[in-house]
Amino acid sequence: MAVPTLRCGFSGSRWTFALVDRGCRHRTVATFNWIRGQSSVAQQPLHTAQKPRKGAQEWAAVVGLEIHAQISSNSKLFSGAEVRFAAPPNSLVSFFDASLPGTLPVLNRRCVEAAVMTGLALNCHINQKSLFDRKHYFYADLPAGYQITQQRLPIAVNGNLAYSICVGKQQREITKTVRVKQIQLEQDSGKSLHDDLRSQTLVDLNRAGVGLLEVVLEPDLSCGEEAATVVRELQLILQALGTSQANMAEGQLRVDANVSVHHPGEPLGVRTEVKNLNSIRFLAKAIDYEIQRQISELENGGEILNETRSFDYKLGCTVPMRDKEGKQDYRFMPEPNLPPLLLYDSTSLPAGADPQQVIDIDRIRETLPELPSETRARLVQQYGMLPEHSFTLLNEVGLLEFFQNVIKETRAEPKKVVSWVLNTFLGYLKQQNLAVSESPVPPSALAELLDLLHTRAISSAAAKQVFEELWKSPGKPPAQIVSEKQLGLLQDREALEELCRATLDGHPQVVRDVKGGNPRAINKLIGLVRKATQGRAEPALIKQILEKQLSSPAP
Amino acid sequence: MLGRTLREVSVALKRGQVTPTELCQKCLALIKKTKFLNAYITVSEEAALKQAEASEKRYKKGQSLGDLDGIPVAVKDNFSTTGIETTCASNMLKGYVPPYNATVVQKLLDQGALLMGKTNLDEFAMGSGSTDGVFGPVKNPWSYSKQYREKRKQKPRDENDSDWLITGGSSGGSAAAVSAFTCFAALGSDTGGSTRNPAAHCGLIGFKPSYGLVSRHGLIPLVNSMDVPGILTRCVDDTAIVLGVLAGHDPKDSTTVQGPVNSFLLPSLTDVSKLCIGIPKEYLVPELSPEVRSLWSKAADLFDSEGAKVKEVSLPHTCYSIVCYHVLCTSEVASNMARFDGLEYGHRCDIDISTEAMYATTRREGFNDVVRGRILSGNFFLLKENYEDYFIKAQKVRRLIANDFVNVFNSGVDVLLTPTTLREAVPYLEFIQEDNRTRSAQDDIFTQAVNMAGLPAVNIPVALSRQGLPIGLQFIGPAFCDQQLLTVAKWFEQQVQFPVIQLEELMDDCSSVLANEKLASVSLKQQ
Repeated sequence: MAVPTLRCGFSGSRWTFALVDRGCRHRTVATFNWIRGQSSVAQQPLHTAQKPRKGAQEWAAVVGLEIHAQISSNSKLFSGAEVRFAAPPNSLVSFFDASLPGTLPVLNRRCVEAAVMTGLALNCHINQKSLFDRKHYFYADLPAGYQITQQRLPIAVNGNLAYSICVGKQQREITKTVRVKQIQLEQDSGKSLHDDLRSQTLVDLNRAGVGLLEVVLEPDLSCGEEAATVVRELQLILQALGTSQANMAEGQLRVDANVSVHHPGEPLGVRTEVKNLNSIRFLAKAIDYEIQRQISELENGGEILNETRSFDYKLGCTVPMRDKEGKQDYRFMPEPNLPPLLLYDSTSLPAGADPQQVIDIDRIRETLPELPSETRARLVQQYGMLPEHSFTLLNEVGLLEFFQNVIKETRAEPKKVVSWVLNTFLGYLKQQNLAVSESPVPPSALAELLDLLHTRAISSAAAKQVFEELWKSPGKPPAQIVSEKQLGLLQDREALEELCRATLDGHPQVVRDVKGGNPRAINKLIGLVRKATQGRAEPALIKQILEKQLSSPAP
Repeated sequence: MLGRTLREVSVALKRGQVTPTELCQKCLALIKKTKFLNAYITVSEEAALKQAEASEKRYKKGQSLGDLDGIPVAVKDNFSTTGIETTCASNMLKGYVPPYNATVVQKLLDQGALLMGKTNLDEFAMGSGSTDGVFGPVKNPWSYSKQYREKRKQKPRDENDSDWLITGGSSGGSAAAVSAFTCFAALGSDTGGSTRNPAAHCGLIGFKPSYGLVSRHGLIPLVNSMDVPGILTRCVDDTAIVLGVLAGHDPKDSTTVQGPVNSFLLPSLTDVSKLCIGIPKEYLVPELSPEVRSLWSKAADLFDSEGAKVKEVSLPHTCYSIVCYHVLCTSEVASNMARFDGLEYGHRCDIDISTEAMYATTRREGFNDVVRGRILSGNFFLLKENYEDYFIKAQKVRRLIANDFVNVFNSGVDVLLTPTTLREAVPYLEFIQEDNRTRSAQDDIFTQAVNMAGLPAVNIPVALSRQGLPIGLQFIGPAFCDQQLLTVAKWFEQQVQFPVIQLEELMDDCSSVLANEKLASVSLKQQ
C-alpha cells in the first residue's frame, strides 16, 4: 500500500500524567553493572544531574517512563488476525484491522488475561470494570483514524516495581521502587515506511491492531541508569509471565521517556519527551544526554520547550522531532462497540458463571509464575550465591536455564557451577559476542566436565584446557578430550615420585633455598613439577611427595 | 402473487404454486418497471437468479430451508454484501465492493432468501427524506397510487410528474422497494427513525428491534450506540418471521446479547383487556397535523373500547431529546467517518502533494455537505475544551431520557402509543425547502428518543389521509420485549385494516401482476 509522503512527523504522544512534585531529590552516583554487554553503560560514571559548579545550585533530574509492551498472543487485540514478527507486509490483516466499514472490535480474552497478570505482577489494583476509548488522529498507518485505548478507566492502576542498583565504590546493592500509575490495553498502529526518493509512504498493517500493554510509570526516576534498570526488570517480569516477549530489537518493548530538570525544592521544570529508544543502552544514553542538555541549556540562560525529541543513536544525542501541528487534540470518546470490560474475583464471581465467559482475577493470581525477584532470592538461598550473581544469571538471556541444566546434571558444588558459568562460560561468550543459545558448549558437556573435576579425575588447570577444547570442537565428550590429550590426573604415584626426584635433582639451588629456611621456595618446585606433568597432578599431592623427599637424605 | 405477504408467498412456494425463479423474475421485471422510483442503487439480478435456481432445486428435493427460502428481499445499501457494491449513496464508497457479508445479510442468505439488490438512502443514512444521496432522491410509490391520484385529480395541477412525494428516510429505498411490491421484505437501518419514518410514509410495517437483539456487524455505522438493522414488510407477521431469522447473539458484535433467542412467532391476541397502553403527553406537539392527531386519538379509543387500560403518561425529558441526539450523533459520526481517508478503500483524489492534502481533498470530494457538516460539529463537541459541556452533558441527558421510558414501563405500561411522524409524506419540492438538519430535527421528533433508550418500536400504518396518503402510528415497548410489542402491533393491524396500495396507474396492468394467482402470462408493459 503506498500513499503520498507524510509531511510531518507524528508525535503520538500518549503522555498524560501530571508531574508530581517530589521535592528534594539527591542523586546517588551509581554504576550499572548487572547488565553485561551493555558496556557503554556499565562501569561508567554517569552524566549525573549533580555536578554543581562553584556557586551554582545543584540540579535534580526527574524521569518518567511510558512503556509499550506488545502482548504475546496468537491473535490481535480486537481481531482474529495472526500476530507474527517479520511476516510479508500486509499478510496479517483482517477486515477489521484494515478498518473496512461495518467491522466491529471483538476483545481478545488472552490479551485481557495478560493485562491482568502483568497488573498483578506489578502489584496493581485491578479494576473490575474498565472502559475503552477512541483516540483520534489521522495517520496513514492508523486505518480507522482512531486508536482504541483505555484513557478513562484502565484495567490496572496504582502498582509499583522494585528494582536494585549498585552504588558507590563498594557496589553496595540498594533497592528502590518506582510507582506504576496504570496499565492500559490498547491497539498498536501499523508501520509507515517513507520513501523520500519517490515521495511515497508505504504502509504495512501487519502490526495494526496488535495488543499492547501500556505501562505508565510515575516520574520517580532520576537518571538513565535507573530507567535502564527498571526497563530491564520489567522486561524480565513480562518474559517470566509470558505476557510479552519484550524484545526491544523486534519492537515488542518500546519506551518513551519524559525528562525534566529542576533545582531541588523548586517546582519541576518543563519536560521533554524522548522517543525512538530501541535498546536499553540507548535508553540510558538518551536520558542522560537529555538531562545534560537541559542543564546546559538552562545554565546558559536558555529555556526548555515542551517538545518531543528523538534519540539519534549515531550521533548519541536527542534532536527535536518535526511536529508541525504542535499539541494534538485527540478528541477522546467512549468506544461504543465494546461494552465495559468486567472482571471478577472470588467474591464477585456470579454463581454458575460460565468460566469461558468470565475472567476471575483470583484464578489468574494463582497461576502467576515465579517472578524475577523471587527467582533471585531463591537462587541466593538455594545455591548460596551472591545476589549480584543472581542478577547476572537472570539478566543474560538463557543463562539461568543453562545454569539450571548444568546443576541438574552435575554432582559438582553449586558454587563451583556458578563460578564456571559466570566466569569461564560467560567470559567465552562475551569474548566472541555470542548469546547463550549460540554457545558451542551445551549444558550437558559443562556438567560432565565439572563432574570430572569433582571426582578429581582432572585438575582445575586441565579442566580449563578441556573447556577450551570443548569450545573449539563442539560435540566431543569431555572424557574423550581428557584421554586424547592425556589430561587425566597422574594416578601413578611412583611415576610422580620419579618426576619429583628429577625436579629436585635438576634444581639444586632451589632445594638449597628450601633447606636454607625459605619454606616458600617449595612452591617453585611444585610449579616445576606441575609443569612437567602438564598440569595433570594435584598440587597438594606434589607438595606432599616433595616434602617427603626433601626431608629424607639423598640416596 | 407479488401483492401477497411474505407468509402467503412462502406457503405458495411450499405448495409449488409458484417457483422461486418465477418469483424472482417477476420481481426483477417490476424493479425495471419501477426504476424511476430510484429505490435501488444496485440490482443484483444475476446473483438473485442464481440464488433462485438453487432455491428451486431445494424445493424440488423437498429440502426447503424455511419460510424465507426463495423469497425476494432487498437490503439497504449501507449493509456490506460480498461481491456487491456497497455505496452508502456516497461518492466516498462508489465502487467499493465489500469482501464480506453483514451478519444480517448472511442470515437471510443462509435461509435461502433471494437478494434482489441494494436500496437507496440518504448519504451514509444521514437524513429523513431519502433525498440526499449521491444517486438522487427516492420517489414514494404512493405518489402514483390510485388512492392519491384520485384525490389529486380533484384539484389537478401538475401533469409532468413534479409533484411526487418523498418516501421519508433514510431507508426510503427499502420502503419504496417493499411498497412497490419489488420484494417481500427489506432491511433498513434505524438510528433515529430511519426505518419507521419511511415505513410511515409508505404505508408499511417498519420495525426497530431492541438494541443488542440484532447484529450490527457489517452495517456501515452512523451512530454505533443507536444503530440497529430495521425490518420493512407489508404485515406484522412478516416482520416477525424476518426478526426470527435475524435475532440473536453474534460473536462479531460484542453489543449483541448472549443467550438463546425465543421464537418470534406471534400469537393472535383476542383479548386486550389486560393491556395497559401509555400515551405520552409530551408527544402531543403543536406541529402535529390534525389528521395524525385524530388518528392517534382514535387508536387510543380503539384500545379503550376493547377493554385495554389507556392512560396518559409523561416522558419529561422528551423536549431535550433532539438536541441531545444531535450532539451524540454528530460526535459518533465524526469518529466513524475518520476511516474514510482514501487509503484502504473507497474514493481517493488525484492530489498527491502530501498525505494531509490527499486526506483533505479525498474527504471533500467524497462526502456531501450534510456529512461534512455533521463531522465538523461532531469534532467540535469532542474537543477537549467542549467535551464536558456537550458530549458528557448529552450522555447524561440520554440517561435521563432512557430512564423516562424505564419509569413509564415500571409503572405498569405495556406499550406506548405515539405518532410516528408529524404528517403524511410531503412532495419533494416542498421537502427541499428546508435543509437536512432542520428536516431531520423535525422528522425524528417521535422516533429518535427510542434509539437513545435502545427500545423496540414499530410503525403500523393506520389509515389514509384525506389526500390518500398513509399515516402510521408507533408502538414502543420495553427493551427486549420485542415479541410482546409485535403481538400488540399485530392485533392493532388487524383492527385497522389498512388498505393495500393500488398501483394501477403506475403499471397499466399491475392489477394482473398483483392479483393474478396463476402467474401464467403476466407481462409488465412500459407505462
